[in-house]
Amino acid sequence: MLVIVDYDAGNLRSVLRACEHEGIPACISADPQEIMDADRLIFPGVGSAESAVDTLHARGLDKAMRDFFATGKPMLGICLGSQIVLQKSEEGHRDCLGLVEGVVEKFDLADKTLKVPHIGWNEVEILRPHPLLSRIESGDEFYFVHSYFTRPANAEDVYGVTDYGGRFCSMLGHKNLFATQFHLEKSGKKGLSILAEFGVWDGCV
Amino acid sequence: MLSKRIIACLDVREGQLAKSVKFVDTRDIGDPIAKAKEYYEDGLDELVFYDITASSDKRDIMLDVVEAVAAQVYIPFSVGGGIRTVEDANRLLWAGAEKINVNSAAVLRPELISECAYAIGNQNVVLSMDIKQVKVSDTIPSGYEVVINGGRTPMGLDALAWALQGEALGAGELVVNSIDADGTKAGYEINLTRMIAEAVSIPVIASGGAGKPEHLLAVLTEGKADAALVASMLHFGEYTVSGLKQWLHEHGVKVRLKYA
Repeated sequence: MLVIVDYDAGNLRSVLRACEHEGIPACISADPQEIMDADRLIFPGVGSAESAVDTLHARGLDKAMRDFFATGKPMLGICLGSQIVLQKSEEGHRDCLGLVEGVVEKFDLADKTLKVPHIGWNEVEILRPHPLLSRIESGDEFYFVHSYFTRPANAEDVYGVTDYGGRFCSMLGHKNLFATQFHLEKSGKKGLSILAEFGVWDGCV
Repeated sequence: MLSKRIIACLDVREGQLAKSVKFVDTRDIGDPIAKAKEYYEDGLDELVFYDITASSDKRDIMLDVVEAVAAQVYIPFSVGGGIRTVEDANRLLWAGAEKINVNSAAVLRPELISECAYAIGNQNVVLSMDIKQVKVSDTIPSGYEVVINGGRTPMGLDALAWALQGEALGAGELVVNSIDADGTKAGYEINLTRMIAEAVSIPVIASGGAGKPEHLLAVLTEGKADAALVASMLHFGEYTVSGLKQWLHEHGVKVRLKYA
């Protein structure tokens, strides 16, 4: 069973609905044991990194997610869920899960006509192939809503970038983990295709 | 680079799609769920539903509409109309809406914006403003006044001041709806839209008056809007979402074209 991790960070039901639409059996859980027993894991999220990290910690889910990652089973982070896998976030200066080396920074754009948060549809440029991106090509657009972005330390963890007053990492991957800054569950058929591929991914790159 | 968004607005009354002219004469024109699906398939970027159901005891019908749309449409959508409390907002989010739109109730009680922003996040709170052009005065220095109750009640509140206050209270986006232009199909209120878009640092969605593709082009360029709301242009089959986007693309506006 695919488990969607409940850490009080946003509309989990929209991800659940998208899974149902793609024919992927899924449930929502905040129980560390259920999470460890899952075949695959999605951690969506909107809101702030500080409250998300605090909730994960309070529920013992940070350890569960680290242990799950170590099993090699597939994991997918969405939006805020893509940020909490790094080591540190500027938002609330929190230590995050540390599954991927790197940090989360706030947009500080030289072009002051660009608005923050970055809201709307924007293009991705794919830097390296990944099983989840088999139906995606550079130039495809996805729906973003965020003020912070990830900066993985290792270039090989960056799978895609997006331009908003400069290029930022919009898709990252490390071993059995993949994560998108955009809301793939709100990005039409292109977004749903990533979810569908995740539903059958074996976690190997 | 960020694309300009085309947002379809569906007025829903007791579960049926309605279209108003100058906010008074409304008639029912079909099934909002079928329309939403059709526009989604054709490349729409976002949806807004306004519940214009008059009697409060029939408002739960809207929750069913939201549930049905959320099961079929995988783009952001917001719902407005009759939201007076955080509880109202949460019910709509739980049913599947991405964002909520507040309007009259926020004018009467501005804390509603900050309460919703705290509860569901700034990015999910859209402040919708109905605005009428008036004579410049000490109370209305911009010459644009906020009105409520579908345009019938002037509030003695300056539209520019209200936009800035709304942003400060935590609204994540603004809908600038010109009551003068609404339903005329004569074009958006460009001056009003630009004035507000230049003053705030959150996205501005232009609303009211769309009749031709040229109107969208004007408001997305000269008007500096981040998104354009359309209704009757699409609802009566005169234009299609993909056709409008292709036309805008050919006229130099960055829009999302690949969606299949």
